Amino acid sequence: MAWFKKNGLWITVHFAALIPLMWLLIDFWFDNLTVNPVQNITIRTGDTAIQLLILSLACTPLNIIFGWKQVLPLRKPLGLYAFMYASLHFLTFIGLDYGFRWGLIYEATFEKQFALVGFFALFILTLLAITSNRWAMKQVGKNWKRLHQTVYGAGLLAALHFMWARKLDLDPEALLYGGVIITLLIIRLPQIRKLFTNFRQKRKASLAATE
Amino acid sequence: MQIKSSEITPEHIYLTRRRFMVGVGALVTGALVSSCGSKTESAPAIAPVQAKTIATPTPRPVATIANPTAASASTSEPAAAATPYVEPAEPFASVKADELGDALNSYQEITNYNNFYEFTTEKEGVAAMSTNFKTSPWTVEVGGLVNNPKTYDMDDLWRKFTQEERVYRLRCVEAWSMVIPWLGFSLAALLKEADPMSKAKYVRFETLYDPKQFPGQESAWYTWPYIEGLRIDEAMHDLTILSTGMYGKRLLPQNGAPLRLVVPWKYGFKCIKSIVRIDLVEEMPTSLWMAAAPREYGFYANVNPDVPHPRWSQSTERRIGEWSRRQTLPFNGYAEQVSSLYQGMSLQANF
Repeated sequence: MAWFKKNGLWITVHFAALIPLMWLLIDFWFDNLTVNPVQNITIRTGDTAIQLLILSLACTPLNIIFGWKQVLPLRKPLGLYAFMYASLHFLTFIGLDYGFRWGLIYEATFEKQFALVGFFALFILTLLAITSNRWAMKQVGKNWKRLHQTVYGAGLLAALHFMWARKLDLDPEALLYGGVIITLLIIRLPQIRKLFTNFRQKRKASLAATE
Repeated sequence: MQIKSSEITPEHIYLTRRRFMVGVGALVTGALVSSCGSKTESAPAIAPVQAKTIATPTPRPVATIANPTAASASTSEPAAAATPYVEPAEPFASVKADELGDALNSYQEITNYNNFYEFTTEKEGVAAMSTNFKTSPWTVEVGGLVNNPKTYDMDDLWRKFTQEERVYRLRCVEAWSMVIPWLGFSLAALLKEADPMSKAKYVRFETLYDPKQFPGQESAWYTWPYIEGLRIDEAMHDLTILSTGMYGKRLLPQNGAPLRLVVPWKYGFKCIKSIVRIDLVEEMPTSLWMAAAPREYGFYANVNPDVPHPRWSQSTERRIGEWSRRQTLPFNGYAEQVSSLYQGMSLQANF
């Protein structure tokens, strides 16, 4: 039981992050990917990628607001899973959708600005993924933290990518994603962060005083 | 954007049902096929298909059209109401492909992948959301700048106008496409009966406004109801139809029942669904999409691979049922028939 208490959250995250992939494979197997399977796979891998990325971004703010230290180690697996789904999403685009026809892909990427934005987001995630292991951490040294803060840039680009892919400029779902990412970013700002930590400390102190 | 695969009829059930219906409907379908005579049997020939579906649309020879005398210009109520339209038990089309040789999409595909934001923005969710949509009674008001305004109920429209099969490609602005055997009648016939005044320059169409049945109309992101428009010469064009059915069946709600516009050389969103009003007007109508995103959706919306949507290319498309992309054709392959409508107009500026 103690073991589960220690590892339960971590295992849940791994399991949950793999469910969308398993579900996709099951639907593929049973030919249940709608009449437009390529679009279905594109949408599903993309949605999962941005959702996992947001969850990864939410860990630090959750610690700031509620003092949940146990979610901090989840940033890495969540981020890596987001990278995995983003890669699948990209491979679907160039392989399944455009059949590796580079001329068409080039045209689509530069005509569809949202594809370009998505590409940049994936580029950032790729950099972060290859520098996420201990060895690379040592190599990058003291700039590692700064490098990995660009994950917020990836998040914002992903939200913009999503927004532009929709039919309407101000798509509600896209606004929700963008709004959540910006909120998470604001909570991290040093001044705001201090506000929350001070509040928590005061509350802790007052609770201790009343006991 | 979770897929709702549960909302789609699983294939095995569909197939079982199909097998069942084949049994039940064998006689009916057999009768239909035989009534089509040699035309059906010689379906592979491309030229006749083109002649039949495009160049000179002829009434579909299926003997289920309500009133064979509909072509007469008489505005009086038909004296003898003929037998009502009898649907074939199985989705039925007289040909297997369009005039370019592209195979028809299946009834299953056409009825389960729909853009109909009045129900939901999920294309796979529309069919399930729309099962209880009420299409009867239903009236269509034809008015505005006409000498002969009139409110029709759907039975009038079925009876009065010759229902024909028209096999058209449908190209969505989202870059997917289908080949669909519509059943419907020439919009020109209806407009002629309404007798437009000389001031009338455009035709404005309006979808039913009923948020109880159309939950999507609660969304404040769009200006409901859905509005679309055509220039009067586009509306009078031979290819333009008001559709009442598909694959020989009456339209299902997800496809725009009971009456929708079909303009095959324009992007799918021009083909307004569940029409309740048709007005002849002097000024160019502002469609719902023009109001929502004027930079992105113009009035004309002709299929054009050389005019990209501001955010995505229109040069290729995915035919539903195919894995690889195909080139998009100017005017969706109907350039020969319609390009003269736009002579001297910049298609880049009038997108």
